[in-house]
Amino acid sequence: MSELSSHERTQRIAARLAKRHGAERRFRAIGFFAVALSALVLAFLLVTMTSNAVGGFKRAELAFKLDLSGSALQIDPSQLAGDDPLQALESAGLRDVVQFATAKALGDKAAAELDSEAWREVARQVAADPALLNSGFDVSLPASDDLASGLRGEGTPQVVALAQELAAKDQLATRFDPGFLTRSDATSPQTVGIWGALKGSMLTMLVTLALAFPIGVFAAVYLEEFAPRNRWTDLIEVSINNLAAVPSIIFGLLGLALFLTIFPYWRSAPLIGGMTLALMTMPVIVISGRNAIKAVPPSIRDAALAVGASPVQTVFHHVLPLALPGVLTGTIIGMARALGETAPLLMIGMKAFVATPPSGFTSPSSVLPVQIFLWSDEINRGFVERTSAAIIVLLIFLLVMNGMAIYLRNRFENRW
Amino acid sequence: MSPAIPILLALALGLIGWLAARGRAWTLRREVRAQGSDLHSLPGYHGWYVALWILIPSLLFSIVWSATSPGLVLTQVLADPAAGQLPAFGFQRDALLAEARALASGSADAVFNQQARALVEPFRAAIQRYALIGTLVTVLLGLAGGTFAFMRLRPDFTARSRVERTVMAGLLLASLVAIFTTAGIVASLAFETFRFFQFVSPADFLLGTHWGPDSMAAPTQGVTTNYGALPLFWGTALIGAIIAMLVAIPLGLMSAIFLTQYATPAVRRWMKPILEILAGVPTVVYGYFAALTVAPWIRDLCQALGVTSASSESGLAAGVVMGIMIIPFVSSMADDSIAAVPQAMRDGSLAMGATKSETIRRVLLPAALPGIVAGIMLAVSRAIGETMIVVMAASATARITVNPFESMTTVTYQIVAMLTGEGSFDHPATLSAFALGMVLFLVTLSLNFIALGVVKRFREAYE
Repeated sequence: MSELSSHERTQRIAARLAKRHGAERRFRAIGFFAVALSALVLAFLLVTMTSNAVGGFKRAELAFKLDLSGSALQIDPSQLAGDDPLQALESAGLRDVVQFATAKALGDKAAAELDSEAWREVARQVAADPALLNSGFDVSLPASDDLASGLRGEGTPQVVALAQELAAKDQLATRFDPGFLTRSDATSPQTVGIWGALKGSMLTMLVTLALAFPIGVFAAVYLEEFAPRNRWTDLIEVSINNLAAVPSIIFGLLGLALFLTIFPYWRSAPLIGGMTLALMTMPVIVISGRNAIKAVPPSIRDAALAVGASPVQTVFHHVLPLALPGVLTGTIIGMARALGETAPLLMIGMKAFVATPPSGFTSPSSVLPVQIFLWSDEINRGFVERTSAAIIVLLIFLLVMNGMAIYLRNRFENRW
Repeated sequence: MSPAIPILLALALGLIGWLAARGRAWTLRREVRAQGSDLHSLPGYHGWYVALWILIPSLLFSIVWSATSPGLVLTQVLADPAAGQLPAFGFQRDALLAEARALASGSADAVFNQQARALVEPFRAAIQRYALIGTLVTVLLGLAGGTFAFMRLRPDFTARSRVERTVMAGLLLASLVAIFTTAGIVASLAFETFRFFQFVSPADFLLGTHWGPDSMAAPTQGVTTNYGALPLFWGTALIGAIIAMLVAIPLGLMSAIFLTQYATPAVRRWMKPILEILAGVPTVVYGYFAALTVAPWIRDLCQALGVTSASSESGLAAGVVMGIMIIPFVSSMADDSIAAVPQAMRDGSLAMGATKSETIRRVLLPAALPGIVAGIMLAVSRAIGETMIVVMAASATARITVNPFESMTTVTYQIVAMLTGEGSFDHPATLSAFALGMVLFLVTLSLNFIALGVVKRFREAYE
């Protein structure tokens, strides 16, 4: 082995160093690429949903002056003041009257393309102001599904031509549709809304919160403050850790086999949905609650005990209030997960077509994620946009909840 | 009457009892203080003692009653002469009864079937009768409990220790809910799986290669040939454990390395929450994204490349989107394991002249490997239990194929498909969902157990 000259050695080291630094840069670039790609995918997902959703908050509407004064509508004003004015107007034949008046204003061809539920919106306006019956008033009523696709340039040439003709006269246009947030499920994308599903979600979340929060906090307090170190406590801890990792669909199977056997008449009710989701959320609350309680320094407990408080008083008067911000943060995060959960609710039958918002905890209902799932199965292009709009509403709710959690964490977090 | 009314009444009674007992205790305290002694417990505890005696019996009763009274209502309605015209058994009878009950309880506006109309009045009468009985008994129980407790209030009454004992029992009960839930899951899955295995032998189920249950066929039809779940297991493994992990492991691991080792604090502060948002997006949104955007895109790409068998319900689309969902999970597990490696090992390597990437690849990653492997196992267990993405983006066709562009199905897809149809609960097609659920539960459970064990051993090694 010949001795290398010092010059040669320096050169070799420099070459090897250049190679190693190249590898370093490549490795770093790969890491950056991975983070950037994840962020890009998220951005792409949000942009796709938002751009679709913009159309979902709008719908094609026929705008014209509706004149009911000359119509043969026979209705007693006292009926309009009754408890079901819509029913009264329906039996008085409002549907045909609206159809007829539309034909007079826009022509037969356009009137045939009025959505079959459009009269309900006239009925709601009339019920709110019966004086409208005697005069003409401006309305903007949903066009049929066909005409709506005609306006997008889809469908048969006749429909497209009709849509263009009406649009040219300013009688047909896509308008912002605030009713999307106040109506419930329907068969046509023109008249659907998410209020029913949203209300169902809120009722379900209330049940979940009412069950999971006290049980979760109590379990956390017990395990952290009172539990003796024995096999039972170990078993409880193991169960909680496992429940946190059990797939959500398994909770749906439990709800189906257990809750629906005990309460068979509350199928697809928010109460059963909330109970199922509570079992799923509880472990999350226990785990975050334990961490929050653990973070309260022992000196607080010692001080309380030293002035004569009982152990229960110490925990409920001193430790728990100090741990509350952490507990609430975990609760909100668990609730946000439950709000987006779909599979267990499908299992317990919350997938029925429910056209009216639920009246209480035991009436049949849908929830927002399931509504999204049901609409996503529809082939109609109008539903694609409505689905994206519903997704945006769901994401906004989740964003608000997570924002609240972050705010709580930053605002009230105690640093000891 | 809504089932909430008895509960609200019980709560109101409890409040009254609390106020009354506290007031009584104040009076007692004034009296005994005049004599120079004092109450054993603070007045508030006397209030809570009475309130608990009111609330516990009446709330327990109203919960039990809301579960049992629908059955009692049905018995009374069936005894009514109008029920004599009902079809003897089966689906139609149940539908008529359900319709009449819905109208009578106010959850429906009209009946479609005229036969159900006759039953509405008997239902309404029975529901009212049992609701009234339930409310009365709730109130009576509350009053009885409250009176009993109120009579016991004395200056030396140990209200605090009794209330605290109840609170401790409540705490213990709350923590036992977790055990009950686990036991409930195991029991309900095992029970229905056992019923399923009375139709289909476990060997046919676990090892059969053809899956095609028909919930409308006779229950005994095809029990040896139509319930082979192997294609489902394969589809689940290919989508959840292979494709999703091929996406999630490199991206998640490299993200964790970049964010912990290279990124400036500012970048880290922004990028970490962005990655966490990926984990917070509901799965139904990912499913919609997969079905609407990714799947057609992958199909078109493949067809442009000349793969003609490409399906718009390919396993690849579901797997890739699932992988994206798992990225933050893998990333945070890797983050934790790398952070757990002692600083001395990193310093040693850097002091020897190794570059940062050499330190990461040759020192940090091997040392953190057990933790990372455990994290990946947890990620797999989450991926194979994921439902909505596959329900929306995969297909119902069960087949064993290594071609990711073909359509394929998974365990969770079939559970949803079997249980959201109209099948009866005695049919093996419906019961098969529980057997699949049992397999899923056992597999995820063992993955979690092994992973947690690995993490624990690994932590101890460095502590």
